[in-house]
Amino acid sequence: MILFLEQLLNGLQYGVMLFLLAAGLTLIFGIMGVINLAHGSLYMIGAYAGTLAAMQTGSFWLGVPVALIAAALTGLVMEAVVIRRLYARDHLDQVLATFGLILFFNQSIILLFGRQPMFTQLPDLFSGAVEVIPGLPYPSYRLFIIAVGLLVALGLYLIINRTRIGMLVRAGSTNREMVRALGVDIRLLYTLVFGLGALLAGLAGFLAGPVLAVQVGMGEQILLSTFVVVVIGGVGSIKGAFVAGISLGVIDTMLRAFLPGMLRQVMAGPEADALGVGISSMGIYLLMALVLLVRPKGLFMAGS
Amino acid sequence: MNSRILAAVLLILLAALPFIAQATGQSALLSLASRILIYGMAAASLNFVLGYGGMVSFGHAAFFGIGGYVVGILYHHADTETLFWGFIPGTTQMLITLPAAILVSGAFAAAIGALSLRTGGVQFIMITLAFAQMLFFLFVSLKTYGGEDGIIVRRTNELPFLNTRDRAVMYWVVLAITVAFALGLRRLTKSSFGTVISGIRQNERRMAALGIPAYRYKLFAFILSGMGAGLAGALMVNVLRFASPDMMHWTKSGELMIMVILGGVGTLVGPFLGAAALLSLESVLASWSEHWPLAMGLILLVVVLGTRGGLMALVTRLTGGRK
Repeated sequence: MILFLEQLLNGLQYGVMLFLLAAGLTLIFGIMGVINLAHGSLYMIGAYAGTLAAMQTGSFWLGVPVALIAAALTGLVMEAVVIRRLYARDHLDQVLATFGLILFFNQSIILLFGRQPMFTQLPDLFSGAVEVIPGLPYPSYRLFIIAVGLLVALGLYLIINRTRIGMLVRAGSTNREMVRALGVDIRLLYTLVFGLGALLAGLAGFLAGPVLAVQVGMGEQILLSTFVVVVIGGVGSIKGAFVAGISLGVIDTMLRAFLPGMLRQVMAGPEADALGVGISSMGIYLLMALVLLVRPKGLFMAGS
Repeated sequence: MNSRILAAVLLILLAALPFIAQATGQSALLSLASRILIYGMAAASLNFVLGYGGMVSFGHAAFFGIGGYVVGILYHHADTETLFWGFIPGTTQMLITLPAAILVSGAFAAAIGALSLRTGGVQFIMITLAFAQMLFFLFVSLKTYGGEDGIIVRRTNELPFLNTRDRAVMYWVVLAITVAFALGLRRLTKSSFGTVISGIRQNERRMAALGIPAYRYKLFAFILSGMGAGLAGALMVNVLRFASPDMMHWTKSGELMIMVILGGVGTLVGPFLGAAALLSLESVLASWSEHWPLAMGLILLVVVLGTRGGLMALVTRLTGGRK
């Protein structure tokens, strides 16, 4: 039971991470109609910039603004130089161009910082563990990630549902052409949305630093899962990204934690482990296939 | 007429390549050429659904990998003298392994296509990716067949009367299959079936109004395309003597897509051109610097943003619109 609760929290933390990335991606996807494979690169850039700043200054908290600014700036430059030319193109060109961006960013990072992974120090405030229920000490930093993720979700909810920009964002993800026809400066909206997505990706990258290693390729590892979240949740829907992100995070973690053990009861140890890992990695894709077969547009498709 | 002479000259050059490679001492040239031909076939198969049929499959590496694994698994059972599923003996005869690879990848394409084609657009891209990832993780977890490390095929599959262990002979085998494949593909795209597929891409509703069952046609095209990719994968394992889950990693699907887009979507020669450009660029850049992906990324960007229709469009423009 205690193990189960611990894994549930782990899953929640992973889910929150997925949500931070998926929220930006789903908006970019839904409003601008761009498949941005390089979203993972923004995550990586946020992680590197923040971690370096934290290491140089010795303060974890100084890393946060640096990560946010670096990712947002990169995102804005990327939008202005590359993405802006891709709006009118088909998905194929977008995939190819943003794949080129991935190669470029990954190799630039290798050139600048080498291939060695970096590790961040935990902030003093969250370096210990909290006893969530008696008998279960849980790292407070992971709880902090969960809290930040939930706060961001709340903030996004308020922005999307209560502000004028949020209204335009909702309108844009429902019917892009109509928003433009009504005289809204859609380019400014695009830039804003892209910047916001980059900001969230950078935040997720920096927060992930102490939990995972900061290394080249970290973006691609999480990118595919993020796309799965976006598609299951429904393109353009923040609510969908939240629900799908949290559920996938929990399901994925649970499968990884408990499936090998279950299989070990029916077959030999090493083979059960290998098969368990394989099947649990397949889990989220299986889920996506099932969801798409039942609801081809995802759970909460905007405008449907 | 011009293009026929061009094709003939190119074919003679390709056939003479082993001698050229030997004369100039560039032994790496041969393996590069084999890889270009094989990837060209895989990319051309993808292009059949993507360019002609308008179905953007992001999971074609799955069929490529399945084809490769058929060769690898049959070799494994022949080598260890065991039975696959308890009743299928292994073999190293290419006349058996290649058709088997084509059939098995076709069967997988039928299953995946039947489900995936119920969606469309971005969802189709993602669901094909999802199935490919599932197969990738399945093969990673199969310890019997090497898991992550894959299967090393110590001996290339045998053909009667030919010594396929000689790399030049193997290259000629690949070249012959590629030529047959390309001719078959040309006939296919010009057949009434190919026309229907193109029609479905342009306007599915109108084709349905003409009484054409679009789903069935699309599924059939998807199966054929999967078979082509499986054939390419089987040949690849024969040339590299190695089958691994990496063959069906999603980046491989991406690479195939890049070859198609780079060469020219919806053209016959485009995918081969794209494969040649990507792989030679890769080997040239890699010999200059270990940081070649940097240049590669920039080149991809320039190609996408600067040209429309890939290299084939460029060629057409340079030759003044003649094809």
